Amino acid sequence: MDMPDTVSAAEASASGSLDGDYDDAAGYYTPGSPLVDTKAPDAPIAERWQTRKFEARLVNPANRRKLSIIIVGTGLAGASAAATLGEAGYRVKSFCYQDSPRRAHSIAAQGGINAAKNYKEDGDSVHRLFYDTVKGGDYRSRESNVYRLAEVSTNIIDQCVAQGVPFAREYGGLLDNRSFGGVQVSRTFYARGQTGQQLLIGAYQALERQVAAGTVETFTRHEMLELITVDDGSGQKRARGIVARDMVTGEIQTHVADVVVLASGGYGNVFYLSTNAMGCNVTAAWRAHRKGAYMANPCYTQIHPTCIPVSGSHQSKLTLMSESLRNDGRIWVPKNQADCDKDPREIPEEDRDYYLERIYPSFGNLVPRDIASRAAKNVCDEGRGVGPEVDGVRRGVYLDFSAAIERLGEKGITEKYDNLFDMYERITGENPFEVPMRIYPAVHYVMGGLWVDYDLQSTIPGLFVTGEANFSDHGANRLGASALMQGLADGYFVLPHTIRDYLADGPFEEITEDHPAVVEARESVKGRIDHFLSVNGTRSVDSYHRELGNIMWEYCGMERTETGLKKAIDLIRSLKDDFYRNVKVLGSAETLNQSLEKAGRVADFFELGELMCIDALNRRESCGGHFRGESQTEDGEALRHDDEFAYVAAWEWAGEDSIPVLHKEDLVYSAIEMKQRSYK
Amino acid sequence: MNLTLKIWRQPDASSAGAMHTYQLADVSPDMSFLEMLDVLNEQLNEQGEEPIAFDSDCREGICGMCGLMINGDAHGPEVTTTCQLHMRSFKDGETITVEPWRSDAFPVIKDLVVDRSAFDRIIQQGGYISVNTGSAPEAHSVPVPRDDALRAFNVATCIGCGACVAACPNGSASLFMGAKITHLGELPQGQPERDSRVVNMVAQHDHEGFGGCTNIGACTAACPKEIPLDVISQLNKDLRTAIKHGH
Ligand SMILES: Cc1cc2nc3c(=O)[nH]c(=O)nc-3n(C[C@H](O)[C@H](O)[C@H](O)COP(=O)(O)OP(=O)(O)OC[C@H]3O[C@@H](n4cnc5c(N)ncnc54)[C@H](O)[C@@H]3O)c2cc1C
Ligand code: SF4
Ligand code: FES
Repeated sequence: MDMPDTVSAAEASASGSLDGDYDDAAGYYTPGSPLVDTKAPDAPIAERWQTRKFEARLVNPANRRKLSIIIVGTGLAGASAAATLGEAGYRVKSFCYQDSPRRAHSIAAQGGINAAKNYKEDGDSVHRLFYDTVKGGDYRSRESNVYRLAEVSTNIIDQCVAQGVPFAREYGGLLDNRSFGGVQVSRTFYARGQTGQQLLIGAYQALERQVAAGTVETFTRHEMLELITVDDGSGQKRARGIVARDMVTGEIQTHVADVVVLASGGYGNVFYLSTNAMGCNVTAAWRAHRKGAYMANPCYTQIHPTCIPVSGSHQSKLTLMSESLRNDGRIWVPKNQADCDKDPREIPEEDRDYYLERIYPSFGNLVPRDIASRAAKNVCDEGRGVGPEVDGVRRGVYLDFSAAIERLGEKGITEKYDNLFDMYERITGENPFEVPMRIYPAVHYVMGGLWVDYDLQSTIPGLFVTGEANFSDHGANRLGASALMQGLADGYFVLPHTIRDYLADGPFEEITEDHPAVVEARESVKGRIDHFLSVNGTRSVDSYHRELGNIMWEYCGMERTETGLKKAIDLIRSLKDDFYRNVKVLGSAETLNQSLEKAGRVADFFELGELMCIDALNRRESCGGHFRGESQTEDGEALRHDDEFAYVAAWEWAGEDSIPVLHKEDLVYSAIEMKQRSYK
Repeated sequence: MNLTLKIWRQPDASSAGAMHTYQLADVSPDMSFLEMLDVLNEQLNEQGEEPIAFDSDCREGICGMCGLMINGDAHGPEVTTTCQLHMRSFKDGETITVEPWRSDAFPVIKDLVVDRSAFDRIIQQGGYISVNTGSAPEAHSVPVPRDDALRAFNVATCIGCGACVAACPNGSASLFMGAKITHLGELPQGQPERDSRVVNMVAQHDHEGFGGCTNIGACTAACPKEIPLDVISQLNKDLRTAIKHGH
């Protein structure tokens, strides 16, 4: 396989100084009109949500049966919305690609969920959660939405407890909390290392209860492959349904409704290897993007420093190890390349480089996720990585517990870290009580997603987007335990209020199977499927996906530069051309066909990957998870440029053969002051 | 390592299936079992033979999507999910048989993929607490003794994979059902619907064609989440109580 070369930081910084007006992405995009109205009510920040809930029109309970809603996704964001809207009496159709709604990727979340309950009386409040989230997002999120998120967070815990979610409790029977992700208050609720699972099962059960009640119909093993938009007669196109493929029979179905909600999760799998589930994809969101929904800040990716490294070219996904391990483990690599394949226990203390402690003496091993990740990549690129050589490079650093084991004993460590040491041993076959763990950063979460307004409505009327699939709450970086909070806030408490204002104008005109817009959408899906099955080339879908992932990881991963990104765009374009001419998908369209499913997803990842690179190229600043080599302080710290880049980059699809259009939404902070961070 | 794989192949639900034999060379002990199948599929694709269909998603042992009978054991020789099983549990030169879950209530869809929607329908019949969004009381208004919460959590970790059914000679889903009955039954919030829950879930279980429990214990031995057998005693006890209450 073709491994892209690395662009060194020196090469990159040769491209210019930090001052002056840049337009790195010139030629790759067209400037568009600004996005000025986010529809947040004009009220003091603490009153905006109350105001909006009051102003949003109501739908008479008798009319709700006549209104239909499609919800794509059954993760926290989708299942919670489907259950709640079903309870309210709407007719809901719920879709997922797994064989049961309970298996959505939210199930894998480990650490916990934040809420401003202030049960510990440690100074937490809605305002503090709001402040931490905006600051954590490096001042690139929308203030109104984040405030609302903090505000409804407390209701989530009440709801989940009533559903029977078995959160950890103290001896007195009250809920336990822990502090998570470097914040100074304890506001994280958890169910051992399986919080996402327990929250999702709660939402899933609420959803199944509505299935029994007849308000929700579930479509499992169904994949949305196209959005149906229909002109409402005034020249305005509205989202009116989806085209889905029954993954068992291959049938191409059309489903129409008054409104469509995408809760289809994140697209981290554009990198091929990530901590996401195998099926996570961008198809639902990307198809909507191609029909007019803007894609916001697609380059904002979160890379998690403590994952189990790649063990060989067969690797299919990466596993996250809790970040809390950095509290007791010391991170190091050998000082000398020659020691990299030695037994680490035989490398003497003076030949070890505890590089985080060396470079960041005050924070040491506890520097933020992005800094720890980049430092690990740098030492491995220098050739000092450890573990197996994959594609010629060792990508791993030691996370060494020997001092902590001496201090706390094996028993103390096991009590503190539960099953993490076992999990590591199961995957690697090495006992971390004897040999230091090896870790490496991996793609974990995407902050970017479809642009939505305060109502969570996209730029297509009638298309709402919730959970990881939208962009709104985490800015350029997400704090730990805040994605679960956002998914459930959107689905239980926000969307059900905002969507009713839209539905108050319904039911909309009846749409039949032979409506030209429906026929067009269905035919385009069939055309794509026929194409994949007829190419009969020589390369498997996975091999293309892996190569795309390598390009993205190398050039649009932890450090991005102008030269690297431009190179990546060229590489992606030619790989995509080759894919359409040379991919090999066997089997038929009429049965379960996993290669065919993957082909559709990878095709969309190519287009997304290109847009991510263009977005990263345009944003010549470093913020949150986005690090531009050209924008750093003398010490190698991320440097934001608020004067030029305090905006949301919302990209409009301009057609197959055109470059995307950039619309900017300026970020204005009225309740918070912008600051630069420092960890030295 | 080099392996001989005997794998069940079946084009679709209505066609007959058969075991096929494949040779796979250079398998790394660090691969997961499913990555080994990925490699085999790449090889098949290259040779022009349609890849083998099997389910997986999280590949971390939590979503419950994966599940294969490996040498006759549900999820293979270790206490874990198929996706967390690694090739170092096998020997060079070994012959490994791979089949789908076997149960009348889980019909085969294709190759190694089965239909487990019966589990969702059991949950629909009462595997929840009826509380509409927004109507919940303050979370601290009802304290829950720590031990009860812990026990509820321990059985709520069931991933709905179906290994218990596949391992059971009677094809019973009692372990799966007992886990849910116990999870909700341990909590104060679960009490109001306790009787109707067990009666309705058991009725649906029988209706789906799952068999009765004769206390063999193969389910708990196969369960990757180590759900204990006593959840079935709890299930039976709750059922007796509900009947006594006139259900
Ligand atoms: C390993 C791991 C640990 C994490 N830990 C935490 C944590 O401790 N705390 C925290 O706050 N966050 C955590 N996160 C992040 C968090 O889990 C996710 O961001 C969040 O669960 C996403 O929820 P969602 O509902 O938006 O999407 P998902 O749960 O990803 O659900 C997406 C849904 O969409 C469906 N879907 C997708 N595409 C299609 C299509 N084309 N057609 C039909 N259906 C489709 C899927 O079937 C699925 O039902 C973690 C993430 C990972 C990977
Ligand atoms: S009880 Fe165990 S084996 Fe049965 S479905 Fe649950 S996790 Fe799987
Ligand atoms: S793939 Fe999720 S449990 Fe195995």
